[in-house]
Amino acid sequence: MGRTLAEKVWDAHVVRSAPGEPDLLYIDLHLVHEVTSPQAFDGLRAAGRSVRRPDLTLATEDHNVPTIDIDKPIADPVSRAQVEALRRNAAEFGVPIHSLGSQDQGIVHVVGPQLGLTQPGMTIVCGDSHTSTHGAFGALAFGIGTSEVEHVLATQTLPLKPFRTMAITVNGVLPDGVTAKDLILTVIARIGTGGGQGYVLEYRGEAIRALSMEARMTICNMSIEAGARAGMIAPDETTFAYIEGRPKAPTGADWAQAVASWRTLVTDDDAEFDAEVVIDASELTPFVTWGTNPGQGVPLAGAVPGPEEFADPVEQEAARKALAYMGLAAGTPMREIAVDTVFLGSCTNGRIEDLRAAAEILRGRRVAEGVRMLVVPGSVRVRLAAMAEGLDRVFLEAGAEWREAGCSMCLGMNPDTLKPQERSASTSNRNFEGRQGPGGRTHLVSPQVAAATAVRGTLSSPADLAPVA
Amino acid sequence: MEQFTVHTGTAVPLRASNVDTDQIIPAKYLKRITRHGYEDALFAAWRSDPGFVLNDPARAGASILVAGPDFGTGSSREHAVWALQDHGFRVVISSRFADIFRGNSGKGGLLTALVAQEVVEQLWAATEADPALPVTVDLVARTVAFGDVAAPFEIDDYVRWRLLEGLDDIGITLQSAGLIADFEARRPTFAPRTA
Repeated sequence: MGRTLAEKVWDAHVVRSAPGEPDLLYIDLHLVHEVTSPQAFDGLRAAGRSVRRPDLTLATEDHNVPTIDIDKPIADPVSRAQVEALRRNAAEFGVPIHSLGSQDQGIVHVVGPQLGLTQPGMTIVCGDSHTSTHGAFGALAFGIGTSEVEHVLATQTLPLKPFRTMAITVNGVLPDGVTAKDLILTVIARIGTGGGQGYVLEYRGEAIRALSMEARMTICNMSIEAGARAGMIAPDETTFAYIEGRPKAPTGADWAQAVASWRTLVTDDDAEFDAEVVIDASELTPFVTWGTNPGQGVPLAGAVPGPEEFADPVEQEAARKALAYMGLAAGTPMREIAVDTVFLGSCTNGRIEDLRAAAEILRGRRVAEGVRMLVVPGSVRVRLAAMAEGLDRVFLEAGAEWREAGCSMCLGMNPDTLKPQERSASTSNRNFEGRQGPGGRTHLVSPQVAAATAVRGTLSSPADLAPVA
Repeated sequence: MEQFTVHTGTAVPLRASNVDTDQIIPAKYLKRITRHGYEDALFAAWRSDPGFVLNDPARAGASILVAGPDFGTGSSREHAVWALQDHGFRVVISSRFADIFRGNSGKGGLLTALVAQEVVEQLWAATEADPALPVTVDLVARTVAFGDVAAPFEIDDYVRWRLLEGLDDIGITLQSAGLIADFEARRPTFAPRTA
């Protein structure tokens, strides 16, 4: 019987396999950041161990770095101590690092692909659940905890039980104005936050093939919000074109050999998935969340649901709690929900195409009175590319704030947070209680919906805006 | 890692589904660089509500958390496991766990016992009726026992073995150092390096 893409990548990385034991899997790339690594390096020191492959490890500072005044010392002493700990650990263990101020600093999941380090067929891990982003290249990429970070640092391997496989087949063509973010929010609402548990999701079908690499990254990024370990998309010409010429891409004879190898990374026709979900792209519309987990979403054209609309009593109770936390009444049209803040950025939607899409809508328009819009590029290079195109001027002229690179308000570890009861439209990935600041209320949206919402002040799509005079 | 065989303690009923790791430990507590000292951070936002179950003096000293389905979703932060342990929890019981959280728990010695949702409901009712009710979690027999109920729980065989033995994963893997070196010699030449 044939094998799925995920199984092929898995099989190619098994170092050791024994009955009743997890497989020992080799890890091709280990990305490290300041938040989930200090205890792992401490563990190495305590045991007198070294980093086995510093040349397959890369550190960057992203989660709690400020997005203003980055030329000054980090104001928060606790954040500063954590970033300094990463710098010390990187120096002591010989791990390459892109620190604040470096042209290659940025969100770890933006930096890897941008450098060309993320390539098809690789195994990639990071102490961050959104490592699933890298699956867009046909890599098997997943988030790990700090004990596993220490394990990979020491051994460049992980003991793992094989994942099950689920096909998410998206047939047809996405209608105009419907984005990768709308698609993945729809998938999560369909299968639930636990629907992907234990699975690697493989996104396939005509609508997926038509997507750019950046849109594919948005989709794979949020696989974890459906509970999945990883999301993958088979590499194709779009993938190869994105990688070619990047600093860490293969060159010369290596390039030809690599592409030949990457072309084999497709699910065989006679392979079987453990589960399959089929979606018709032509039925999709802009999609936003109303609740406190990423599965609690509805079309933007819809209304806040009532708890009684859910069959499962556990979901009914979750809906009741979410409505109370979000300060929303059932039946309210989503388009009437007013926001205080719009956040454009994160490893989900902080790449250049996301910034372009939002800028296109803001060009010649103004952010509504009383609304704060934060634009936080995913990396320094994204920021510089945007500035070279003049996007920073578009954002500033519209009344938005143009910030330095980092995770920022996606998780509110740095000073960019919501105040209690403040409401945001956010292009990030999690609408959990307090995620963007204690008491803050988050609606997950696409960059296009974020920009239109900033202009109207209520959740909106670009189609809701009056033409620019 | 501390060995785990049989544990008897009192339980805390957490009547919520989708308890994500941002609730278990909010991000602002993740700036610390230590592996211990997160007791104050556990459910920090919810604990500001005097009515939250962990604030009930009758629950002091409890060591078994009983939660709704999809416990531990979201971020991969292992701090969630450390915060639960620092507070004194040895076991979390739920009908569904998020994968990364469950993996992290196994590494750190926190037992995640997967039971049917009806067992969760029974346990909620029993411990709400009597907060001092002793609950016994037996990893050898894979059972949760309270009152006159004894229910089986699921746990991965390998994780169970490691918990029973209190074994350190890295030590086990390093026994395969030769196989790792052999594998490295076979890796494609085009595979990228960071430095």
